[in-house]
Amino acid sequence: MSEAQVVAATDAELGLELSDKPRGMFVRAWEVFAENKLALAGLSFIAFILLFCFVGPHIYVTNQTNTDLSTYLCTPSGAHLLGCDDVGYDELGRLMVGGQTSLEVGLAAAVVSVLVGTLYGAISGFAGGFVDALMMRVVDAGLSLPSLMIIIILSVIFHPTPTTIIFIIAVFYWFGVARLVRGETLSLRNREYVQAVKVIGGRPMRSVLKHIVPNAIGTIIVQATFAVADSILTLSVLGFLALGVAPPATDWGSMLSSGLQYIQGGNYWWLIYPPGVLIILTCISFNFIGDALRDAFETRLQRR
Amino acid sequence: MVGFLIRRTGQAIFVLILVTAATLGLVHLFPGGPVRALLGDRATPALIDYYNHIYGFDQPFYVQYIKWVNQLLHGNLGFSDKLNVSVVTLISTDLPKTMVLVLLGTLVSLLFGIPLGVYQAVRRNSVADYVLTGVSFLGYSTPTFFLGLVMVDWFAVDSHVFPAFGPQSSSVISILGQPRALVLPVFTYAFLLYALWSRYMRSSVLDNLVQDYVRTARAKGATERRVVWRHVFRNSLVSIVTLLGLSIPTLITGAIIIEVVFNYSGMGLAFYQAAIDNDFEVLLGFTVIATTATIVGNLLADVGYAVLDPRVRY
Repeated sequence: MSEAQVVAATDAELGLELSDKPRGMFVRAWEVFAENKLALAGLSFIAFILLFCFVGPHIYVTNQTNTDLSTYLCTPSGAHLLGCDDVGYDELGRLMVGGQTSLEVGLAAAVVSVLVGTLYGAISGFAGGFVDALMMRVVDAGLSLPSLMIIIILSVIFHPTPTTIIFIIAVFYWFGVARLVRGETLSLRNREYVQAVKVIGGRPMRSVLKHIVPNAIGTIIVQATFAVADSILTLSVLGFLALGVAPPATDWGSMLSSGLQYIQGGNYWWLIYPPGVLIILTCISFNFIGDALRDAFETRLQRR
Repeated sequence: MVGFLIRRTGQAIFVLILVTAATLGLVHLFPGGPVRALLGDRATPALIDYYNHIYGFDQPFYVQYIKWVNQLLHGNLGFSDKLNVSVVTLISTDLPKTMVLVLLGTLVSLLFGIPLGVYQAVRRNSVADYVLTGVSFLGYSTPTFFLGLVMVDWFAVDSHVFPAFGPQSSSVISILGQPRALVLPVFTYAFLLYALWSRYMRSSVLDNLVQDYVRTARAKGATERRVVWRHVFRNSLVSIVTLLGLSIPTLITGAIIIEVVFNYSGMGLAFYQAAIDNDFEVLLGFTVIATTATIVGNLLADVGYAVLDPRVRY
């Protein structure tokens, strides 16, 4: 056993505050992460897009509730920097409002699925034996459902609002997270410090929440990052299939989809490329960050 | 090995039972029940009761499930009241068309993804590696429908090189007779899958390059070309075979979107249409087929892995 492992184990056994250990871990992970230029670019872009979507509407004020047919499909100009869409909404302002939905749904779906998946996976792996086998067959079943097919059916059944869409996306995403976390748990549950909790009479839930989940946090964070990108993409697909959020709310996918109706009717580039490019750049940023985090946390594992 | 096969198949059957039960349960989530969704808001309660009786929805869930599975096992996947054809007929006309798309797209993506993935691993951290990594990330992050419609804009609307729609035909033979119309759907589909194979191949080759057998091969004086293609490539291919078996959900998802974008009348388009129409028998039938394909694919991937990799023993 390496030195770091011994230190980690004794920390846990002595009941030292967890804040000591993760800080060291996160600082080291950040060092590796910061070396990755693409990831830093991704992080900067996410920061920019958050400002754009949530602060932007207060600076660039537009009416995103009432339609205005006098500005129907107007070309970009001083008054409307990116023109207007087919019901007269200012396109740049619409990108901000739509981005709010896309980001909120993406982040919330990621958080919900990662929380559920982590807890389920950790409990399954920690329980082991028959319980584990049964719980994992449920995950197998979930993973063998073609997710888009079920998501389409669910979107038809439940009239889509941002909240229902979050759960519709999360219902499928947590299975994958659960399987990964369960794998991590299997390797963690036989460590001395987890065994020690059992010996001194700690309840199983304490082992799971205080010892297994914090030690699998690398895997969990990486998975959460990818989950955001995937959820934003899924939401955009629903928008394209006309199963996205209902007007006057919108998201980038719905905007893209309504703009695409004009693809053959003339050069309405501002309806098509801005939302499309924003979806791509946001997802690619989250993917870059996820990739760098994976390297960052794996290096930690290698040093052990 | 036989023990493993039996155990693994048993698991697959158990999973299949769970999934089919969940799918049947799903149609009961329609507000007012599946029959109300099918017949519309103006159907009378008497009519709804009558149809519920015909479909057996007035019986307990487990009875419904057993009867339904019994029908499935006898090859009856249900009947589409909207289209007035049986689901089996629908699948037998649409599945071959979807298979053309899926097989061609997978083939094209493998032809690009595997060699380029190997190249990236061998030339790790070169400019070419970074550029190709960028392309893969673009593949992961681009909504398929957006890519497809941009393709239509560039190659069909602006330059008239390819038709904007997929082949419009009811038979596979005449679809294959319209190669120009197949180009955009197949390549858009292939781009989506390319990222998957090339990233996987790259990391798999990288893993293999540091193995002991590579050092042994080099020590024997094997040329670098021989080391890469005779030793590393063949071992990395094993994991691609597994990945193929596990990728069936991705293939299905991609096919649905591509078919809607290019109006290509395969199972994906029919499924989407059925969802819009609340045609729940079609939804059930198609989901069961897709799920069974996925479970069988996973099973074959596991078994294939055990057969191809002599180190894996169960």
